[in-house]
Amino acid sequence: MITEVTAEHYIILATTLFVIGVAGVLIRRNAIVVLMCVELMLNAVNLLMVAFSSHHKDSAGQLFVFFIMVVAAAEVAVGLAILVMVYRNTRSTDVSLLDQLKN
Amino acid sequence: MDQYLILIPLLPLIGFLINGILGKKLPKNLVGTLGTLAVFGSFLLSLFAFLEVRESGQALSQTAFTWMQIAGLKFDIAFLADPLSTQMMLIITGIGSLIHLYSIGYMHEDEGFYKFFAYLNLFVFSMLLLVMGSNYLLLFFGWEGVGLCSYLLIGFWYQNLEYGKAARKAFVMNRIGDLGLMLGLFMLLQHAGSLEYKEVMASLSTLSTEKAACIGLLLFVGATGKSAQIPLYTWLPDAMAGPTPVSALIHAATMVTAGIYLIVRSSALYSMVPEVLEIIGYVGLATALFAGLIAIRQNDIKKVLAYSTVSQLGFMFVALGVGAYSTAMFHLTTHAFFKALMFLGSGSVIHAMGGEQDIRKMGGLAKKLKITHLTFLVGTLAIIGFPLTSGFFSKDEILAKVYEHSPIMWGLLLLASAITAFYMLRMFFLTFHGSFRGTHDQEHHLHESPISMTLPLMVLAVLSLAGGFLNVPAFISEGSEHLHAWLNSVVTDASGGHHLDHSTEWMLMGVASALALIILVSTYVVYVSKKSTAAEDNQLTGIQKWMNNKFYIDELYQSVVQKPIEAISNLGYNIIDRGIIDGSVNFIGKSVEVAGNALRRIQNGNVEYYLLYMVLGIFFLLVFKFVL
Repeated sequence: MITEVTAEHYIILATTLFVIGVAGVLIRRNAIVVLMCVELMLNAVNLLMVAFSSHHKDSAGQLFVFFIMVVAAAEVAVGLAILVMVYRNTRSTDVSLLDQLKN
Repeated sequence: MDQYLILIPLLPLIGFLINGILGKKLPKNLVGTLGTLAVFGSFLLSLFAFLEVRESGQALSQTAFTWMQIAGLKFDIAFLADPLSTQMMLIITGIGSLIHLYSIGYMHEDEGFYKFFAYLNLFVFSMLLLVMGSNYLLLFFGWEGVGLCSYLLIGFWYQNLEYGKAARKAFVMNRIGDLGLMLGLFMLLQHAGSLEYKEVMASLSTLSTEKAACIGLLLFVGATGKSAQIPLYTWLPDAMAGPTPVSALIHAATMVTAGIYLIVRSSALYSMVPEVLEIIGYVGLATALFAGLIAIRQNDIKKVLAYSTVSQLGFMFVALGVGAYSTAMFHLTTHAFFKALMFLGSGSVIHAMGGEQDIRKMGGLAKKLKITHLTFLVGTLAIIGFPLTSGFFSKDEILAKVYEHSPIMWGLLLLASAITAFYMLRMFFLTFHGSFRGTHDQEHHLHESPISMTLPLMVLAVLSLAGGFLNVPAFISEGSEHLHAWLNSVVTDASGGHHLDHSTEWMLMGVASALALIILVSTYVVYVSKKSTAAEDNQLTGIQKWMNNKFYIDELYQSVVQKPIEAISNLGYNIIDRGIIDGSVNFIGKSVEVAGNALRRIQNGNVEYYLLYMVLGIFFLLVFKFVL
C-alpha cells in the first residue's frame, strides 16, 4: 500500500512528536517525564532535519543533527544532575512543588 | 579720573558679601565696624565726587561694562554722577553711615546682628545703583533691590507672624507699583530704543503728548508704590514692624524718596504734560492731609512717625505737582535729616522703655533721656516748621510755590502742615513731658542710650537745625539758593512764570510760622499744663474712632481687593489645580498601580505556568506573523 514515503510524511510525524513533547512538558508533573518530553521535542526536530537533508540532497542538515545530539546529551546530564539535587532536597520529583522563583 | 565711581556702590556690596557669608563666625564688633566702614567709605567717595562735580560743573560718568546686548538694544552698567545723583548719594551714604553706627548699639543684643548688617549694606548698594545708574534699567534694578531689602528687613524678626505679614504686604504693594513702572519703562524703550537718560531725554521732542502722559502716569504709579502715596500707602505704616534703624534709613530717609527721585529724573518728560503734574499734585495733597488726619489718633510712637512720613512725602509730591522739582529735592533732603533723627530718637526711647512703643505708657522721659529729648525736640521743631530750622525753609518754599500755582491748594496744604504740627507736638509732649505712665519696672530701667546711638542723633540734630541754609529763599538773602543753583543744570522748574513779590512771600512765611507757633503753644497747654493724655481706644467716638482705625482703609482693601482675589485663587486651586492637574497626574499613577496589582498574579513562581506562558507567547507570535 505504501507507495513512497515523501517529505510530507516526515513533517506530519515530526510535528506530531513535537506536539506530544510540548503537551507532555506542560501537563506532566514528574520532572523525569518532563525531561523525556523535552528529548522528544529535540528528536522531532532531528527527524525533520534529517528528512529535509535527504530531500534537498544537502548533508549540512545531518551534520547539525550530530551537534544537537551532543548538546542534548550534555543537557540531559545537567538536567538529571539538577533533578538528583532537587530530589535530595524535596524528596520528590514533582515540578509543581518548585515555586521558589516567586520570591 | 572718574574710575572711582563704581567703587561707591561696590564697597557696600563687598560689605554685604563679607558679612553675609562670614558674618556668623565673626565677632559682632567686627561685623558692625565693617558694615559701617563700607558705607562710610562710599560716603567719602561720594563727597569726593560731589566736590569734583562742583569744581568742574560737569557730570561724571563711568561705563563699567556692557550688561546685555539683545535684539539691537544695548544696556550698559554705567554710572552717572550729576548734581541730582550726587545729592542723593550724599544723603544715602551720609545718613546711611550714621544709621549703621547707631545700629551697632541698637542691635547689639540681637542674634541676627550679622544678618542685619548684611541686609543694610545690600540696601545701600541697591539704593546707590538706583540713583547712580545712568539708565532707567539700572534704576529699575536698584528699585527692585531696595524693595527686596525692605522686605527682608521689615520681616527681620520673622518669628513674629504679624511682622512676616507686614513684610509681605509691603512687598505686594510695591509690586503693584513696580508693574506701573515697568510698563512705563517698556513704553519709553519702545519709543526711544534705549533707556539711557541722555538718549531718552533727547528723543522726547518726537514723543506725542498722549504717549508722554501715559508714560508719566505709569511712572507715577511706580512712584506711589515706592513712596507710599494714595492709594498704595498702606504698607508703610505696617513696615514699622522692622527694627527702628531700618525704619529710619529705608522707610523715612532714603528708599521712600525713590519715587521723588524718579519723577525729578524724568522731569523733562513731566514738563511736557502739565495735566499729569496736576494729578500728581492732587494725589500728594490728598495723601498729605489724609495721612496727617490718621496720625492724629495713633498712639504707637513709630506709627505716628510713619504716617507723618507718608504725609511729608505727600508734601514733596505736591511740590513736584506744581513743577517745583528742586523744591521737592530740598524738602527731601531736610526731611531725610529730621525724620531719620526722629526715628532714631524713637528707637532710643523704645530701647530705654524695653520695647514699649505706646506713647500712652510713656511721659516725662525728658528727665532721664536728656540727649534723646533735646535732639528729638530739634527734629520736632524742624518738622513743624519752627522758624530757622531746616523744615521751616523747605516747607515754606513748597507753600510759596504752591501759592503761585493755586491759593486753594495752598490753603489745604497749610491745613496739612498745621495737622502735622499738631500730631508731632502731641506725640512729643506725651512722650517726653508730663508724668511717667508706664510700669514701675520700666521706670527703673529707664536709661540714656550708649554713645554709638546718641552720636548719630547729635549729628542729625545739627543737620536738622542747619539744613535749611542749603537753600535760603532769594527774598531773604539774594544768591543763597544754593541747592536750587546746584540742581539747575539737571532739572528745570516748570513753575516760575509769575514770581511772587517779596511782600507776599514774607506774608506767606509769616502765616505759616505763626500757625506753627500757635499750635506749639496750644498743644503745650493741652498736653503739658493741663496734662491731658491720649484716650483709650474704646472711649473714642465718631470721627476720632475712624481716625484711630486709619479710616478702615486696610479693611476696605481687604474686602474689595483681597477677598475677591482670594476667592478666585481658591476656585483655581480647587478646580484647576486639585481637579484637573492633580487629577490627571493621580489618574496615571493610580492606573499603573491597578494594572500592576492585576498583573502580578501571573508571577506565581510555578515553573509549569511559566512554560505555559512561553508556549502561549510563541503561539501568539506565530499567529501574529503568519495569520494576521
